[in-house]
Amino acid sequence: MRILRAIFGHGSGRIGGIIVGLYLMLAILGLLGLTPHNPITQYRIDRLHAPNGAYWMGTDLFGRDVASRLMAGIGQSFTVAFFSVAFATLAGTVLGLAAAWLGRRWDGVVMRIMDVLLAFPAILLALLIVTVAGPGTWTSVIAIGIVYTPIFTRVVRGPALSLKAREFVDAARTFGSSSFYIVTRHLLLNLVAPLTVQVTLALAWALLTEAGLSFLGLGTQPPAASLGLMLSDSRNLMETAPWLMIFPGLTIMISILGFNLLGDALRDILDPKMRRAPA
Amino acid sequence: MNYLMRRLATFPLVLLGVSILVFVAIRMVPGDSITAMLGTEAGLLTPAQRDSLAAYFGIDQPWFVQYWRWIGGILHGNFGISVTYGRPVLDVILERFPLTLELALLSMIIALAVGMPAGIYAATHSEKPSDLGVRVVAMVGQSTPSFVLGLLIIYTLSAGFGVLPAMGEFAPLWQDPLRNLSQLILPAITLGFAFAASVTRIARSAMLDVLSDDYVRTARSKGASARSVIWRHALPNALIPVVTLSGIEFGYLLGGAVIVEQIYALPGLGRMVLDAILQRDYALVQGSVLFIAFNFMIVNLLVDLAYVGLDPRIRLGEQ
Repeated sequence: MRILRAIFGHGSGRIGGIIVGLYLMLAILGLLGLTPHNPITQYRIDRLHAPNGAYWMGTDLFGRDVASRLMAGIGQSFTVAFFSVAFATLAGTVLGLAAAWLGRRWDGVVMRIMDVLLAFPAILLALLIVTVAGPGTWTSVIAIGIVYTPIFTRVVRGPALSLKAREFVDAARTFGSSSFYIVTRHLLLNLVAPLTVQVTLALAWALLTEAGLSFLGLGTQPPAASLGLMLSDSRNLMETAPWLMIFPGLTIMISILGFNLLGDALRDILDPKMRRAPA
Repeated sequence: MNYLMRRLATFPLVLLGVSILVFVAIRMVPGDSITAMLGTEAGLLTPAQRDSLAAYFGIDQPWFVQYWRWIGGILHGNFGISVTYGRPVLDVILERFPLTLELALLSMIIALAVGMPAGIYAATHSEKPSDLGVRVVAMVGQSTPSFVLGLLIIYTLSAGFGVLPAMGEFAPLWQDPLRNLSQLILPAITLGFAFAASVTRIARSAMLDVLSDDYVRTARSKGASARSVIWRHALPNALIPVVTLSGIEFGYLLGGAVIVEQIYALPGLGRMVLDAILQRDYALVQGSVLFIAFNFMIVNLLVDLAYVGLDPRIRLGEQ
């Protein structure tokens, strides 16, 4: 509750929070199929209709309702973003904690593997993984998850190393606390703040990468709606039906903006060191 | 220096890891490259013809033999033969690389030329409406995917002014500089926009941090002019995070901008890699990914060097 109040007391946090909240609602409605029209039904008589009362954002080349497809697409994008970031957070936290706690050889091996993953530009690594596993929604989840795992590993390992050297960890050891208890209770709980910020910003990145993959035809496969694919399909109809490009474009952009704003606000709120110094 | 030595020592190790990863990954892609290369005609091959083609491209051997040959070849400057182009992989890569390099440089120039002044301006006008304006634009810029911006630019040009971006045969810089620039300027703006936004944000916050430091306050109280405080005292230190960010971003761009190249129909490295992956052109994927990762790591290493150079306090070895 206190964190929610802090977010809404923060200028960009308020806007980001509202955007993310709205998108979450749209995503849930889209996933439940509670859209104005069926997103994959083709109303052939109404092909390429400009936005009007019946089709708020117009229809596409096959006479499908753009607004409904956007809602379904938001549902898809958010599913991929949430699961991939959850994957990366979990994997990164476990690896980062293991590297920091076990130290020496473990640390070396884990961090070198992360170095190898970080040596690829993100989209290239995602492309490679998607091609190996075949395009699809869940492949995107795995691909984006693997791409962001090294970042979470680094975010966790650094602070975990310095926490490990602190007196309270020594004290806990002296009292006979088990390693598992110390790692989960003393290290992990102290890492919640930096992880929260990273998760929010990673969600923005995941939405971007998902849209990019599906723009290239390597994400969610048709006829299911996906924002990147809608945008990609709009290219040939840009002049006759600009709404096919403008609405998905804005939808992607605003969703990323929302998470970026929220992430910035959380960083200000949770990390006192990052607070802006007054000029 | 300790740190840099260690970085240099792990460099070949990481590169080896990259090579193994990409080698194994591309072989896990379903389907074989001969069928991908010949399409339906592959069905017309006799088993003997297929075998001799496989032997020609060296894909008839077990994977470790293939890997060993590949690595051995690379150490002699031989990256293998591309199945799709029928030419040496290195030639194909080097043909595409100038465009990618030029695009990355142009984007970085745009980003720094716009981002640095905007960031410094916002920091020196902190909490005023103009600062807020810069921050809003930068936030929106950072949240705009390049493919959304690219399509918006193309749409605005064609619907508003009836012109289309210069496409068609790509003209290298040294053959037709004007045509070359007219082909690359829009993609560079598309890529440079979000880049400029990041530079603005980081330059602003670095500048704000520095401006509140004691030594800047001392300079001010000694009566140094506002201009001298900003340019001589604050800016050099505020540059450090900007250099880091630009370096990393530049490194990414050297890997090719897959989507922007696709939108503007540019024959860059990114599209080549995508096509090679889709075509299962093993040799080309392996060679180009290794090439890209190598460049990326070199740029990151240079960024670290610049870091040490810019801030003598940083003793990376002690961290």
